[in-house]
Formats: sequence, structure tokens, C-alpha cells
Amino acid sequence: MSTMLAWSVAVAQVLLGLAMACGTFRILRGPRAQDRVLGFDSLYVNAMLLLLVFGVGSGSTLYFEAALMVALLGFVSTIALAKFLLRGEVIE
Amino acid sequence: MNDGLDIPVLSGVLTAILLVGGSALTLIGSLGLLRLKTFYERVHAPTLGTTLGTACVALASMIYFSTAGGRLILHELLIVVFVTVTTPISLMVLVRAAVFRDRSEAERAVAGAANDDGP
Repeated sequence: MSTMLAWSVAVAQVLLGLAMACGTFRILRGPRAQDRVLGFDSLYVNAMLLLLVFGVGSGSTLYFEAALMVALLGFVSTIALAKFLLRGEVIE
Repeated sequence: MNDGLDIPVLSGVLTAILLVGGSALTLIGSLGLLRLKTFYERVHAPTLGTTLGTACVALASMIYFSTAGGRLILHELLIVVFVTVTTPISLMVLVRAAVFRDRSEAERAVAGAANDDGP
């Protein structure tokens, strides 16, 4: 792997880590519950992108499947949390 | 990171540009999550990462694995399609919940004020 690609992977990892820190801040400091759910939503999308970048960095396609799982479970959990905020229960 | 695959220079440059560009767009969206004032403004910010950021990073991954493996690999399209379809749905449900909570709180405040004014 060329050094330029290795550097770009490292830079992308740092940028996505900072983005995840922003989402974590919104989870911890969100004034209301919907802010925390929004922070969680952006956190899992950033984690999925970080897994894709790991896959490019290591040259292994295994990370792709982990990223797909994270995307699926994050969508379901965001829907469940929003439904809980709306109704007070998840499955009626 | 040293056990990566060897790929031609042009696709390496494309992969690097798309990786850094997509991550920077995602970071800008998450910074909007940090800086905007109200919830209804903040809900717009991370969509920059879920649309353009995801598309750029997935395209970089597709280019990298296609040139490294010597055949067309389009796995990452699954992630792009899934995230693009599901983000508006989840955020719409979330905003509907936020509107419901804000409205019910406002009604409770009005009812409380009416009770205070009553005899």
C-alpha cells in the first residue's frame, strides 16, 4: 500500500473520530431526549463509515459486513427510540 | 495498515481523495450537530454525512477493492442504498415524536396557567 493511501486512511480515521466525538457530546449534553436520540443516530452512521475506512486500511472485506450490520441495527434502534418518545411504548 | 493491498496510482489517488473528502463532509455535518441552536435546526445537520459522506466513502471502498481484486466489486452499493432510504424515515419519525412532545408540554403549560388563574 502506498504511503499516500495510508496517510489518507489515517486522516479519515481522525476526522471520523472527531465526528463521533461530536455525536457523543450531543448524547451526553443534549437538553432533551430527542437530542440524545439524534446524537445516537449520527454516532452510528459515523461508526459505520469508520468501519468502511478500516476495511480500506486493512484490505479485508470482512469489515463491510460489520458496517452493514451496524447500519441495519442503528436504523431499527433509532426507530424504536423515536417510537418510544412518541407513544411511551415500543410495540403496541 | 502495512498489510494493505497494492493498487495502481490513479485509483489510489481517487481512493485517498474520496476517503478524506467524505470524512471531512461527515465531520462538518457533525459539527453542525454541535453548533446549531434548536433541535429542529440540528436535525438537518447530520444528513450531510449520511448522504454525501456515505456515498464518498463507499465509492472509495468500491474503487479500492475493485482495482485490488481485479474485478468489479459493488457490495458497498447496498450500504449506500440502505442508508439513503432509511435516514429520512428515521429522522421523520424522530421529528414527529419531538413535535408531539413539544405540543403536549405546551398544552400542559397552558392548562397549568388556566388552573392558576381560576378561582
